[in-house]
Amino acid sequence: MLARPALPSFDYVRANTPDEVVRLLQEHGQGARLLMGGTDLFVRMRDGVIRPQIVVDVKHLPGMRSIEYDEVTGLTVGAAVTMNQLARHPQVQTHYPLLAEAANSVASYQVRNRATLGGNLCNASPAADTAPAVLVLEGRLVLHSSQGEREVAARDFFTGPGQTAMRENEFLKAVRLPPLPAVSAGKYLKLGRNKVGDLSIVGVAVFAFPDGTVPSGYVFRIGLASVAPVPLRAWEAEEVLATHSPGEESFALAAEKAMEAATPIDDVRASAAYRKAMVRALTRRVLGSVWEVLE
Amino acid sequence: MGIHSITVTVNGAKERLDVPSNMTLLQMLRDKLGLTGTKNGCSAGECGACTVLVDGEPVNSCLMLAVEADGRQVTTVEGLAHDDHLSALQEAIIEHNAVQCGFCTPGMLISAHALLERAPRPTEPQIREALVGNLCRCTGYLRIIEAVQTAAKKGGA
Ligand SMILES: Cc1cc2nc3c(=O)[nH]c(=O)nc-3n(C[C@H](O)[C@H](O)[C@H](O)COP(=O)(O)OP(=O)(O)OC[C@H]3O[C@@H](n4cnc5c(N)ncnc54)[C@H](O)[C@@H]3O)c2cc1C
Ligand code: FES
Ligand code: FES
Repeated sequence: MLARPALPSFDYVRANTPDEVVRLLQEHGQGARLLMGGTDLFVRMRDGVIRPQIVVDVKHLPGMRSIEYDEVTGLTVGAAVTMNQLARHPQVQTHYPLLAEAANSVASYQVRNRATLGGNLCNASPAADTAPAVLVLEGRLVLHSSQGEREVAARDFFTGPGQTAMRENEFLKAVRLPPLPAVSAGKYLKLGRNKVGDLSIVGVAVFAFPDGTVPSGYVFRIGLASVAPVPLRAWEAEEVLATHSPGEESFALAAEKAMEAATPIDDVRASAAYRKAMVRALTRRVLGSVWEVLE
Repeated sequence: MGIHSITVTVNGAKERLDVPSNMTLLQMLRDKLGLTGTKNGCSAGECGACTVLVDGEPVNSCLMLAVEADGRQVTTVEGLAHDDHLSALQEAIIEHNAVQCGFCTPGMLISAHALLERAPRPTEPQIREALVGNLCRCTGYLRIIEAVQTAAKKGGA
Protein backbone atom coordinates (compact mmCIF):
# COMPACT_ATOMS: atom_id res chain seq x y z
CA MET A 1 0.00 0.00 0.00
CA LEU A 2 1.47 3.37 -1.02
CA ALA A 3 0.71 6.46 0.99
CA ARG A 4 -1.30 9.10 -0.85
CA PRO A 5 0.33 12.46 -1.61
CA ALA A 6 0.00 15.32 0.88
CA LEU A 7 -3.04 17.57 0.75
CA PRO A 8 -2.74 20.33 -1.87
CA SER A 9 -2.88 23.86 -0.51
CA PHE A 10 -6.18 25.52 0.43
CA ASP A 11 -7.53 27.93 3.01
CA TYR A 12 -9.36 26.47 5.98
CA VAL A 13 -12.27 28.46 7.40
CA ARG A 14 -14.28 27.45 10.42
CA ALA A 15 -17.83 28.68 9.86
CA ASN A 16 -19.80 29.94 12.84
CA THR A 17 -23.13 30.81 11.25
CA PRO A 18 -25.21 29.34 8.41
CA ASP A 19 -25.16 32.73 6.66
CA GLU A 20 -21.38 32.67 6.61
CA VAL A 21 -21.48 29.28 4.85
CA VAL A 22 -23.94 30.52 2.24
CA ARG A 23 -21.86 33.64 1.64
CA LEU A 24 -18.66 31.62 1.16
CA LEU A 25 -20.44 29.24 -1.20
CA GLN A 26 -21.77 32.18 -3.24
CA GLU A 27 -18.38 33.85 -3.30
CA HIS A 28 -16.29 30.81 -4.25
CA GLY A 29 -18.70 28.55 -6.12
CA GLN A 30 -17.03 25.27 -7.05
CA GLY A 31 -13.81 26.53 -5.43
CA ALA A 32 -15.32 26.01 -1.98
CA ARG A 33 -15.88 22.63 -0.35
CA LEU A 34 -17.66 21.92 2.88
CA LEU A 35 -15.95 19.83 5.53
CA MET A 36 -17.42 17.64 8.24
CA GLY A 37 -15.40 14.52 9.05
CA GLY A 38 -13.21 14.79 5.95
CA THR A 39 -13.16 11.02 5.45
CA ASP A 40 -14.43 11.39 1.90
CA LEU A 41 -13.30 14.94 1.19
CA PHE A 42 -9.62 14.58 2.12
CA VAL A 43 -9.24 11.26 0.33
CA ARG A 44 -10.63 12.84 -2.85
CA MET A 45 -8.38 15.89 -2.45
CA ARG A 46 -5.31 13.72 -1.98
CA ASP A 47 -6.25 11.74 -5.07
CA GLY A 48 -6.47 15.02 -6.98
CA VAL A 49 -10.13 14.47 -7.92
CA ILE A 50 -11.04 17.87 -6.50
CA ARG A 51 -8.89 20.89 -5.66
CA PRO A 52 -10.82 23.44 -3.65
CA GLN A 53 -9.26 26.84 -2.81
CA ILE A 54 -11.22 27.00 0.39
CA VAL A 55 -12.42 24.33 2.79
CA VAL A 56 -15.28 25.44 5.02
CA ASP A 57 -15.65 23.51 8.26
CA VAL A 58 -19.38 23.37 8.96
CA LYS A 59 -19.50 20.90 11.84
CA HIS A 60 -19.39 23.57 14.54
CA LEU A 61 -22.52 25.40 13.36
CA PRO A 62 -25.30 25.41 15.97
CA GLY A 63 -27.26 22.15 16.05
CA MET A 64 -25.01 20.29 13.63
CA ARG A 65 -23.87 17.77 16.26
CA SER A 66 -27.12 17.24 18.15
CA ILE A 67 -29.65 14.42 18.13
CA GLU A 68 -33.21 15.20 19.18
CA TYR A 69 -36.07 12.79 19.60
CA ASP A 70 -39.73 13.60 20.04
CA GLU A 71 -42.61 11.09 19.96
CA VAL A 72 -44.70 13.34 17.77
CA THR A 73 -42.17 14.82 15.37
CA GLY A 74 -39.66 11.98 15.30
CA LEU A 75 -35.89 12.13 15.14
CA THR A 76 -33.74 15.06 14.05
CA VAL A 77 -30.07 14.29 13.51
CA GLY A 78 -27.67 17.18 12.93
CA ALA A 79 -25.77 16.67 9.70
CA ALA A 80 -22.40 16.50 11.51
CA VAL A 81 -23.41 13.80 13.99
CA THR A 82 -20.78 11.07 13.72
CA MET A 83 -21.51 7.44 13.00
CA ASN A 84 -20.37 6.38 16.48
CA GLN A 85 -22.45 9.12 18.12
CA LEU A 86 -25.49 7.88 16.21
CA ALA A 87 -24.86 4.17 16.80
CA ARG A 88 -24.56 4.53 20.57
CA HIS A 89 -27.31 7.08 21.15
CA PRO A 90 -29.90 5.44 23.46
CA GLN A 91 -32.97 6.87 21.71
CA VAL A 92 -31.64 6.00 18.29
CA GLN A 93 -30.96 2.46 19.50
CA THR A 94 -34.44 2.16 21.01
CA HIS A 95 -36.56 3.83 18.33
CA TYR A 96 -34.46 3.62 15.16
CA PRO A 97 -32.26 0.53 15.60
CA LEU A 98 -32.00 0.19 11.82
CA LEU A 99 -30.26 3.57 11.61
CA ALA A 100 -27.89 2.64 14.45
CA GLU A 101 -27.10 -0.64 12.71
CA ALA A 102 -26.40 1.09 9.38
CA ALA A 103 -24.17 3.72 11.04
CA ASN A 104 -22.25 1.00 12.82
CA SER A 105 -21.60 -0.84 9.56
CA VAL A 106 -19.51 2.01 8.13
CA ALA A 107 -15.73 1.54 7.91
CA SER A 108 -13.76 1.12 11.15
CA TYR A 109 -14.26 2.40 14.68
CA GLN A 110 -11.77 5.25 14.27
CA VAL A 111 -13.22 6.32 10.90
CA ARG A 112 -16.70 6.28 12.49
CA ASN A 113 -15.47 8.77 15.08
CA ARG A 114 -15.05 11.29 12.27
CA ALA A 115 -17.42 10.11 9.52
CA THR A 116 -20.80 11.84 9.74
CA LEU A 117 -24.31 10.93 8.69
CA GLY A 118 -24.59 14.10 6.62
CA GLY A 119 -21.23 13.54 4.93
CA ASN A 120 -22.25 10.03 3.98
CA LEU A 121 -25.44 11.30 2.33
CA CYS A 122 -23.94 14.43 0.70
CA ASN A 123 -21.07 12.44 -0.74
CA ALA A 124 -23.83 10.48 -2.48
CA SER A 125 -21.82 7.38 -3.19
CA PRO A 126 -23.99 4.53 -4.46
CA ALA A 127 -22.33 2.54 -1.65
CA ALA A 128 -23.29 4.94 1.16
CA ASP A 129 -24.27 2.59 3.95
CA THR A 130 -26.69 4.88 5.74
CA ALA A 131 -28.60 5.72 2.55
CA PRO A 132 -30.77 2.55 2.37
CA ALA A 133 -31.78 3.01 6.03
CA VAL A 134 -32.62 6.70 5.55
CA LEU A 135 -34.57 5.79 2.39
CA VAL A 136 -36.72 3.10 4.03
CA LEU A 137 -37.28 5.20 7.16
CA GLU A 138 -38.55 7.91 4.77
CA GLY A 139 -36.04 10.48 5.97
CA ARG A 140 -36.06 14.09 4.86
CA LEU A 141 -33.00 16.25 4.36
CA VAL A 142 -33.08 19.77 5.75
CA LEU A 143 -31.23 22.08 3.35
CA HIS A 144 -30.20 25.64 4.11
CA SER A 145 -29.61 28.44 1.59
CA SER A 146 -29.99 32.22 1.35
CA GLN A 147 -33.69 31.58 0.76
CA GLY A 148 -33.96 29.86 4.12
CA GLU A 149 -34.68 26.20 4.70
CA ARG A 150 -36.34 23.55 2.59
CA GLU A 151 -36.79 19.83 3.00
CA VAL A 152 -36.13 17.20 0.36
CA ALA A 153 -37.27 13.60 0.74
CA ALA A 154 -34.39 11.14 0.73
CA ARG A 155 -35.95 9.40 -2.27
CA ASP A 156 -35.55 12.63 -4.30
CA PHE A 157 -32.12 13.52 -2.94
CA PHE A 158 -29.78 11.19 -4.82
CA THR A 159 -29.60 12.04 -8.51
CA GLY A 160 -26.43 10.27 -9.69
CA PRO A 161 -23.07 9.03 -8.41
CA GLY A 162 -21.82 11.94 -6.27
CA GLN A 163 -24.82 14.00 -7.41
CA THR A 164 -27.65 15.29 -5.24
CA ALA A 165 -30.66 17.58 -5.41
CA MET A 166 -28.72 20.19 -3.40
CA ARG A 167 -28.41 23.51 -5.22
CA GLU A 168 -25.13 25.39 -5.62
CA ASN A 169 -25.28 27.44 -2.46
CA GLU A 170 -27.22 25.05 -0.32
CA PHE A 171 -25.90 22.85 2.43
CA LEU A 172 -27.26 20.07 4.59
CA LYS A 173 -28.18 20.99 8.15
CA ALA A 174 -30.00 17.95 9.45
CA VAL A 175 -31.77 14.73 8.63
CA ARG A 176 -35.32 14.22 9.90
CA LEU A 177 -36.96 10.85 10.36
CA PRO A 178 -40.70 10.62 11.03
CA PRO A 179 -41.92 8.83 14.16
CA LEU A 180 -42.30 5.10 13.65
CA PRO A 181 -45.37 2.88 13.98
CA ALA A 182 -45.81 1.20 17.38
CA VAL A 183 -44.77 -2.15 15.94
CA SER A 184 -42.05 -2.33 13.33
CA ALA A 185 -38.88 -4.19 12.43
CA GLY A 186 -35.85 -3.33 10.35
CA LYS A 187 -32.54 -4.78 9.32
CA TYR A 188 -29.53 -3.81 7.23
CA LEU A 189 -27.49 -6.55 5.65
CA LYS A 190 -24.20 -5.53 4.11
CA LEU A 191 -22.06 -7.78 2.02
CA GLY A 192 -18.42 -6.68 1.86
CA ARG A 193 -15.21 -8.45 0.95
CA ASN A 194 -14.61 -8.77 4.69
CA LYS A 195 -17.10 -9.41 7.45
CA VAL A 196 -16.72 -5.84 8.73
CA GLY A 197 -14.81 -2.71 7.81
CA ASP A 198 -15.19 -2.68 4.04
CA LEU A 199 -17.32 -0.77 1.56
CA SER A 200 -20.40 -2.74 0.60
CA ILE A 201 -20.59 -4.91 -2.50
CA VAL A 202 -24.32 -4.98 -1.93
CA GLY A 203 -26.33 -3.44 0.92
CA VAL A 204 -29.98 -4.20 1.59
CA ALA A 205 -32.14 -2.48 4.21
CA VAL A 206 -35.68 -3.62 4.98
CA PHE A 207 -38.15 -1.83 7.20
CA ALA A 208 -41.62 -3.31 7.79
CA PHE A 209 -44.72 -2.79 9.92
CA PRO A 210 -48.34 -3.95 10.08
CA ASP A 211 -50.82 -1.70 8.22
CA GLY A 212 -54.51 -2.53 7.90
CA THR A 213 -54.95 -0.28 4.85
CA VAL A 214 -52.67 -2.46 2.72
CA PRO A 215 -54.07 -5.65 1.08
CA SER A 216 -51.36 -7.90 2.55
CA GLY A 217 -51.73 -6.30 5.98
CA TYR A 218 -48.07 -5.23 6.01
CA VAL A 219 -45.89 -2.52 4.53
CA PHE A 220 -42.40 -3.62 3.55
CA ARG A 221 -39.89 -1.03 2.38
CA ILE A 222 -36.67 -2.11 0.70
CA GLY A 223 -33.59 0.07 0.18
CA LEU A 224 -30.54 -0.95 -1.84
CA ALA A 225 -26.93 0.29 -1.89
CA SER A 226 -24.03 -0.36 -4.28
CA VAL A 227 -26.22 -1.81 -7.01
CA ALA A 228 -27.13 1.22 -9.13
CA PRO A 229 -25.83 4.77 -9.83
CA VAL A 230 -27.74 5.89 -6.70
CA PRO A 231 -28.97 4.24 -3.51
CA LEU A 232 -32.60 3.38 -4.27
CA ARG A 233 -35.91 1.90 -3.16
CA ALA A 234 -37.02 -1.34 -4.80
CA TRP A 235 -40.54 -0.09 -5.51
CA GLU A 236 -41.80 -3.08 -7.49
CA ALA A 237 -40.60 -5.49 -4.87
CA GLU A 238 -42.40 -3.43 -2.23
CA GLU A 239 -45.56 -3.56 -4.36
CA VAL A 240 -45.40 -7.37 -4.44
CA LEU A 241 -45.33 -7.45 -0.66
CA ALA A 242 -48.21 -4.99 -0.36
CA THR A 243 -50.43 -7.34 -2.35
CA HIS A 244 -49.17 -10.82 -1.42
CA SER A 245 -49.25 -12.12 2.12
CA PRO A 246 -45.81 -12.35 3.72
CA GLY A 247 -44.03 -15.69 3.45
CA GLU A 248 -41.40 -17.66 1.58
CA GLU A 249 -43.20 -17.38 -1.75
CA SER A 250 -43.82 -13.64 -1.76
CA PHE A 251 -40.32 -13.00 -0.40
CA ALA A 252 -38.81 -14.95 -3.29
CA LEU A 253 -40.91 -13.02 -5.77
CA ALA A 254 -40.02 -9.69 -4.17
CA ALA A 255 -36.33 -10.62 -4.15
CA GLU A 256 -36.59 -11.31 -7.89
CA LYS A 257 -38.09 -7.83 -8.40
CA ALA A 258 -35.38 -6.24 -6.27
CA MET A 259 -32.79 -7.91 -8.45
CA GLU A 260 -34.49 -6.50 -11.54
CA ALA A 261 -34.36 -3.01 -10.00
CA ALA A 262 -30.59 -3.31 -9.61
CA THR A 263 -28.39 -1.95 -12.42
CA PRO A 264 -24.93 -2.50 -10.98
CA ILE A 265 -21.51 -2.12 -12.56
CA ASP A 266 -18.39 -4.29 -12.56
CA ASP A 267 -15.72 -2.86 -10.31
CA VAL A 268 -12.77 -3.95 -8.17
CA ARG A 269 -15.07 -5.23 -5.47
CA ALA A 270 -17.41 -7.42 -7.55
CA SER A 271 -18.86 -8.08 -10.97
CA ALA A 272 -22.29 -6.79 -11.97
CA ALA A 273 -23.63 -10.33 -12.38
CA TYR A 274 -22.50 -11.32 -8.89
CA ARG A 275 -24.01 -8.17 -7.44
CA LYS A 276 -27.37 -8.88 -9.07
CA ALA A 277 -27.43 -12.42 -7.73
CA MET A 278 -26.51 -11.12 -4.29
CA VAL A 279 -29.32 -8.55 -4.33
CA ARG A 280 -31.74 -11.42 -4.75
CA ALA A 281 -30.12 -13.58 -2.08
CA LEU A 282 -29.73 -10.80 0.46
CA THR A 283 -33.18 -9.33 -0.08
CA ARG A 284 -34.74 -12.71 0.50
CA ARG A 285 -32.67 -13.24 3.62
CA VAL A 286 -33.40 -9.80 5.11
CA LEU A 287 -37.11 -10.10 4.40
CA GLY A 288 -37.09 -13.44 6.20
CA SER A 289 -35.34 -12.11 9.28
CA VAL A 290 -37.47 -8.98 9.49
CA TRP A 291 -40.60 -11.12 9.19
CA GLU A 292 -39.40 -13.37 12.02
CA VAL A 293 -39.45 -10.35 14.29
CA LEU A 294 -42.88 -9.13 13.15
CA GLU A 295 -44.69 -12.43 12.89
CA MET B 1 -2.61 29.77 2.22
CA GLY B 2 -3.86 30.47 5.74
CA ILE B 3 -1.69 29.92 8.79
CA HIS B 4 -3.52 29.23 12.03
CA SER B 5 -2.30 29.71 15.57
CA ILE B 6 -3.57 26.80 17.59
CA THR B 7 -3.26 25.54 21.15
CA VAL B 8 -3.31 21.80 21.50
CA THR B 9 -2.48 19.54 24.41
CA VAL B 10 -0.32 16.65 23.27
CA ASN B 11 0.40 13.87 25.76
CA GLY B 12 -0.41 16.27 28.56
CA ALA B 13 1.81 19.14 27.39
CA LYS B 14 0.25 22.32 26.06
CA GLU B 15 1.65 23.33 22.67
CA ARG B 16 1.18 26.64 20.85
CA LEU B 17 1.77 26.10 17.17
CA ASP B 18 1.37 27.86 13.84
CA VAL B 19 0.03 25.42 11.29
CA PRO B 20 -0.87 25.86 7.61
CA SER B 21 -4.42 25.00 6.56
CA ASN B 22 -3.44 21.85 4.69
CA MET B 23 -1.28 20.34 7.44
CA THR B 24 -2.74 17.13 8.80
CA LEU B 25 -2.67 16.26 12.47
CA LEU B 26 -0.33 13.43 11.49
CA GLN B 27 2.15 15.84 9.86
CA MET B 28 1.92 18.14 12.86
CA LEU B 29 2.75 15.34 15.27
CA ARG B 30 5.61 13.91 13.23
CA ASP B 31 7.14 16.95 11.56
CA LYS B 32 6.41 19.79 14.01
CA LEU B 33 6.61 17.93 17.31
CA GLY B 34 8.98 15.10 16.37
CA LEU B 35 6.56 12.49 17.68
CA THR B 36 7.41 9.89 15.09
CA GLY B 37 5.75 6.99 16.91
CA THR B 38 2.60 7.70 14.93
CA LYS B 39 3.09 6.31 11.42
CA ASN B 40 1.97 7.24 7.93
CA GLY B 41 0.92 4.08 6.12
CA CYS B 42 -1.66 5.07 3.53
CA SER B 43 -2.79 8.65 4.22
CA ALA B 44 -6.29 7.50 3.32
CA GLY B 45 -7.95 6.18 6.47
CA GLU B 46 -7.42 2.55 5.61
CA CYS B 47 -4.42 1.20 7.55
CA GLY B 48 -4.80 2.79 10.98
CA ALA B 49 -1.04 3.29 11.47
CA CYS B 50 -1.74 6.97 12.14
CA THR B 51 -4.38 6.37 14.84
CA VAL B 52 -4.22 8.76 17.81
CA LEU B 53 -6.67 9.73 20.53
CA VAL B 54 -8.42 13.07 20.24
CA ASP B 55 -10.30 13.88 23.45
CA GLY B 56 -9.99 10.20 24.33
CA GLU B 57 -11.41 8.77 21.10
CA PRO B 58 -9.31 7.17 18.35
CA VAL B 59 -9.22 8.90 14.96
CA ASN B 60 -7.10 8.59 11.82
CA SER B 61 -4.72 11.53 12.12
CA CYS B 62 -4.03 11.41 8.36
CA LEU B 63 -7.63 12.49 7.70
CA MET B 64 -7.83 15.27 10.26
CA LEU B 65 -6.33 18.74 9.93
CA ALA B 66 -3.95 20.08 12.55
CA VAL B 67 -6.11 23.21 12.78
CA GLU B 68 -9.08 21.01 13.70
CA ALA B 69 -7.16 19.90 16.79
CA ASP B 70 -7.22 23.44 18.19
CA GLY B 71 -8.28 23.29 21.83
CA ARG B 72 -8.30 19.50 21.94
CA GLN B 73 -6.36 16.84 23.86
CA VAL B 74 -4.27 14.54 21.71
CA THR B 75 -2.64 11.32 22.93
CA THR B 76 -0.11 9.47 20.81
CA VAL B 77 1.68 6.19 21.47
CA GLU B 78 4.40 8.20 23.22
CA GLY B 79 1.78 9.17 25.79
CA LEU B 80 0.79 5.65 26.81
CA ALA B 81 3.75 4.98 29.11
CA HIS B 82 3.96 6.85 32.40
CA ASP B 83 7.03 7.58 34.52
CA ASP B 84 9.11 5.23 32.37
CA HIS B 85 6.62 2.42 32.98
CA LEU B 86 5.00 0.83 29.97
CA SER B 87 1.24 0.39 30.16
CA ALA B 88 -0.24 -3.06 30.87
CA LEU B 89 -1.20 -3.23 27.21
CA GLN B 90 2.32 -2.39 26.02
CA GLU B 91 3.76 -5.04 28.36
CA ALA B 92 1.27 -7.58 27.03
CA ILE B 93 2.22 -6.81 23.42
CA ILE B 94 5.85 -7.55 24.26
CA GLU B 95 4.98 -10.66 26.28
CA HIS B 96 2.97 -12.13 23.39
CA ASN B 97 5.56 -11.25 20.75
CA ALA B 98 2.81 -9.32 19.03
CA VAL B 99 5.31 -7.12 17.16
CA GLN B 100 7.42 -7.88 14.13
CA CYS B 101 8.32 -4.83 12.05
CA GLY B 102 6.35 -2.68 14.49
CA PHE B 103 4.90 -0.33 11.90
CA CYS B 104 1.31 -1.06 12.86
CA THR B 105 2.00 -1.27 16.59
CA PRO B 106 1.51 2.38 17.63
CA GLY B 107 -1.90 2.49 15.93
CA MET B 108 -2.84 -0.93 17.30
CA LEU B 109 -1.91 0.21 20.80
CA ILE B 110 -4.00 3.33 20.52
CA SER B 111 -7.07 1.49 19.17
CA ALA B 112 -6.75 -1.27 21.76
CA HIS B 113 -6.17 1.25 24.55
CA ALA B 114 -9.37 3.06 23.58
CA LEU B 115 -11.24 -0.25 23.48
CA LEU B 116 -10.13 -1.16 27.00
CA GLU B 117 -11.17 2.28 28.21
CA ARG B 118 -14.71 1.83 26.91
CA ALA B 119 -15.01 -1.94 27.46
CA PRO B 120 -12.57 -3.13 30.15
CA ARG B 121 -13.42 -6.82 29.57
CA PRO B 122 -13.95 -7.07 25.82
CA THR B 123 -15.01 -10.28 24.12
CA GLU B 124 -12.91 -11.59 21.26
CA PRO B 125 -15.39 -10.37 18.61
CA GLN B 126 -15.30 -6.94 20.29
CA ILE B 127 -11.52 -6.90 20.06
CA ARG B 128 -11.57 -7.94 16.42
CA GLU B 129 -14.13 -5.30 15.59
CA ALA B 130 -12.24 -2.57 17.44
CA LEU B 131 -9.08 -3.39 15.47
CA VAL B 132 -10.70 -3.65 12.03
CA GLY B 133 -9.22 -0.30 11.07
CA ASN B 134 -5.67 -1.34 12.00
CA LEU B 135 -3.91 -3.45 9.42
CA CYS B 136 -0.88 -5.57 10.28
CA ARG B 137 1.14 -7.04 7.44
CA CYS B 138 3.44 -9.30 9.42
CA THR B 139 2.59 -10.42 12.95
CA GLY B 140 -0.80 -11.82 12.13
CA TYR B 141 -3.63 -10.73 14.30
CA LEU B 142 -3.88 -13.62 16.74
CA ARG B 143 -1.01 -12.58 18.99
CA ILE B 144 -2.28 -9.03 19.04
CA ILE B 145 -5.73 -10.20 20.09
CA GLU B 146 -4.22 -12.40 22.78
CA ALA B 147 -2.19 -9.48 24.06
CA VAL B 148 -5.32 -7.35 24.39
CA GLN B 149 -7.01 -10.19 26.30
CA THR B 150 -4.03 -10.46 28.65
CA ALA B 151 -4.00 -6.71 29.25
CA ALA B 152 -7.73 -6.83 30.01
CA LYS B 153 -7.16 -9.59 32.57
CA LYS B 154 -4.43 -7.55 34.20
CA GLY B 155 -6.75 -4.67 34.75
CA GLY B 156 -7.03 -2.73 31.56
CA ALA B 157 -5.28 -0.23 29.36
C1 LIG C 1 -11.11 3.81 4.98
C2 LIG C 1 -12.51 4.26 4.69
C3 LIG C 1 -13.54 3.35 4.72
C4 LIG C 1 -14.84 3.74 4.43
N1 LIG C 1 -15.84 2.82 4.51
C5 LIG C 1 -17.11 3.20 4.28
C6 LIG C 1 -18.17 2.27 4.42
O1 LIG C 1 -17.98 1.10 4.79
N2 LIG C 1 -19.43 2.68 4.13
C7 LIG C 1 -19.70 3.96 3.74
O2 LIG C 1 -20.85 4.28 3.51
N3 LIG C 1 -18.71 4.87 3.62
C8 LIG C 1 -17.43 4.53 3.88
N4 LIG C 1 -16.42 5.45 3.77
C9 LIG C 1 -16.73 6.81 3.28
C10 LIG C 1 -16.93 7.89 4.35
O3 LIG C 1 -16.28 7.57 5.55
C11 LIG C 1 -18.41 8.16 4.65
O4 LIG C 1 -19.09 8.46 3.46
C12 LIG C 1 -18.59 9.31 5.66
O5 LIG C 1 -19.85 9.19 6.25
C13 LIG C 1 -18.43 10.69 5.09
O6 LIG C 1 -18.67 11.64 6.10
P1 LIG C 1 -17.65 12.81 6.43
O7 LIG C 1 -18.23 13.57 7.56
O8 LIG C 1 -16.29 12.32 6.60
O9 LIG C 1 -17.78 13.65 5.09
P2 LIG C 1 -16.80 14.73 4.44
O10 LIG C 1 -15.65 14.04 3.82
O11 LIG C 1 -16.50 15.82 5.40
O12 LIG C 1 -17.79 15.27 3.30
C14 LIG C 1 -18.29 14.42 2.30
C15 LIG C 1 -18.81 15.26 1.12
O13 LIG C 1 -19.95 16.03 1.48
C16 LIG C 1 -19.68 17.42 1.34
N5 LIG C 1 -20.27 18.05 2.53
C17 LIG C 1 -19.79 17.97 3.80
N6 LIG C 1 -20.63 18.59 4.63
C18 LIG C 1 -21.68 19.04 3.90
C19 LIG C 1 -22.90 19.73 4.23
N7 LIG C 1 -23.22 20.08 5.49
N8 LIG C 1 -23.76 20.04 3.22
C20 LIG C 1 -23.45 19.68 1.94
N9 LIG C 1 -22.32 19.02 1.58
C21 LIG C 1 -21.45 18.70 2.56
C22 LIG C 1 -18.19 17.54 1.30
O14 LIG C 1 -17.77 18.69 0.61
C23 LIG C 1 -17.81 16.27 0.59
O15 LIG C 1 -17.98 16.39 -0.79
C24 LIG C 1 -15.11 5.09 4.07
C25 LIG C 1 -14.06 6.01 4.04
C26 LIG C 1 -12.78 5.62 4.35
C27 LIG C 1 -11.67 6.63 4.32
S1 FES D 1 -2.02 6.53 7.44
FE1 FES D 1 -3.90 7.10 8.28
S2 FES D 1 -5.06 5.33 8.04
FE2 FES D 1 -3.26 4.83 6.97
S1 FES E 1 4.13 -5.82 12.95
FE1 FES E 1 4.59 -5.28 10.92
S2 FES E 1 2.72 -4.44 10.24
FE2 FES E 1 2.20 -5.24 12.13
